[in-house]
Amino acid sequence: MSIILGVINEGLIYALMALGVYITYSILDFPDLSVDSTFPLGAAVAATMILAGVPPFLTLFIAFAAGALAGTATGLIHVKLKVRDLLSGIIVMTALYSINLSITDNKANLPIFSQETIFENAFIDGLAKPLSEYSTVIILLLIVLVVKILLDLYMKTRSGYLLRAVGDNETLVTSLAKDKGSVKILGLALANGLAALSGAVYCQQKGFFEISIGTGTIVMGLASVIIGTKVFSRFGKIKATTAVILGTIVYKACISAAMAMGLKTLYMKLITSLFFLIILVVSENRKKKVR
Amino acid sequence: MLELKHIEKYYNQGTVNEMCLFDDFSLTINQGEFVSVVGSNGSGKTSMLNLICGSIPLDGGRILINGKDITKMPEFKRQRTIGRVYQNPAVGTCPNMTILENMSMADTKGKPFNLRWGTDRQRITHYRELLSSLGLGLEDKLDVKVGVLSGGQRQAMALLMSTMTPIEFLILDEHTAALDPKTAETIMELTGKIVKEKNLTAIMVTHNLRYAVEYGNRLLMMHQGQTVLDCSGDEKTSLRVEDLLEQFNAISIECGN
Repeated sequence: MSIILGVINEGLIYALMALGVYITYSILDFPDLSVDSTFPLGAAVAATMILAGVPPFLTLFIAFAAGALAGTATGLIHVKLKVRDLLSGIIVMTALYSINLSITDNKANLPIFSQETIFENAFIDGLAKPLSEYSTVIILLLIVLVVKILLDLYMKTRSGYLLRAVGDNETLVTSLAKDKGSVKILGLALANGLAALSGAVYCQQKGFFEISIGTGTIVMGLASVIIGTKVFSRFGKIKATTAVILGTIVYKACISAAMAMGLKTLYMKLITSLFFLIILVVSENRKKKVR
Repeated sequence: MLELKHIEKYYNQGTVNEMCLFDDFSLTINQGEFVSVVGSNGSGKTSMLNLICGSIPLDGGRILINGKDITKMPEFKRQRTIGRVYQNPAVGTCPNMTILENMSMADTKGKPFNLRWGTDRQRITHYRELLSSLGLGLEDKLDVKVGVLSGGQRQAMALLMSTMTPIEFLILDEHTAALDPKTAETIMELTGKIVKEKNLTAIMVTHNLRYAVEYGNRLLMMHQGQTVLDCSGDEKTSLRVEDLLEQFNAISIECGN
């Protein structure tokens, strides 16, 4: 039971990031590697702020804003300086490593165990027995649901339409007298904001910030998005955002199943990428990108 | 009024393949004119449209709309007053969005793309009417993704979408070239109707000499970055396809082929 709960918890945390990757990869068709560093950026911001006494709930918004700022940087490098999409992401990803460390005052590891977080505070402690046992998963579910619903609503607005259009047919956006560059920047800001939010939630749930938590985030995000959109879209009319959230949980379940079969933790990233490769091959998603 | 003044455009500048397309090219298109442009491949027809829309940079000269210099205005800003239909029907619509969503976006052109609902429910009846004027049965497929429609249906939608909001210029870039003869005919009739109804100033590049003769009130023939034939009024009305073919042959002989 506790393993299943753990999988769901992790799945929900990473689902926030996967929703961001869904925006860049599926909607914008932009392979954005900056999430590998915006995820720990969110964690760094949240951990540092919590230690400074900022209310834990508020840190989520600040982390989102910090991530959005980083995403804007990726967008500006790509749109204004005309650097290729993949490289713009790598530039920001690398630069953020130093920035993340500078946020935590050059500490690669920042524990916040004894601090109040969105998961551990006076209110949660006061809850009765059955509720308190599942408080973490309930809080995560609430956050993910709110983000999912907001994202779904956003996609139905004029601005959301334009975001979907820019990945679908850039020329049409120009024909509508809109700058396609700024629409892309907006999408990247949103996506990286979500990745940072995910990181902020992650560090509060785990109780620490660690500089290397972001490694492989993009692989995890892409795998989740592809599982979600390819597998779950077959079950009738299911919203893409819901599919991505479910995809993340399935992905986490597969990884933890592999681990439960006796694999050492040191092989975690190897399993992660092998698993991603299998998904790509099975879903035949490689054809589009490889020439 | 659209004015092209002393336009210069080079391709591959500074290399051995340098090619001068336009050298001191000037053209004035008046309000309400429907100009058909014909000419052989590489004569500068599409380049001219791209220069007007700002899709490619210009090496010299100025472009003015109603006396206002737009030479340095970025492409997307120029599109406020320009509607453009491309040769490829896929370029004018978003394949992964529904007909309704596409129509709503086109309707929002010129307004801010903010956080208001993308589709205004009260406008749906209006969209239905517009779509039914195409006679393609699209008004009953509002929730269908545009990607599953045929090229002709998509081009009809592209034409409708580019002329939905008030524009001054309609740019048609061989917009019937990728369609079968019957569909091309339908789209062309629709184009004539829309231009007339909305009293648009239109520039149509075409390889179909019959359309060039039948539609529009002015005709340009281009060759090596120059206009070799420019007729309007009675001269245009009395023009026949045979005359145009004769001109075409004359140009080709000059070139030595």
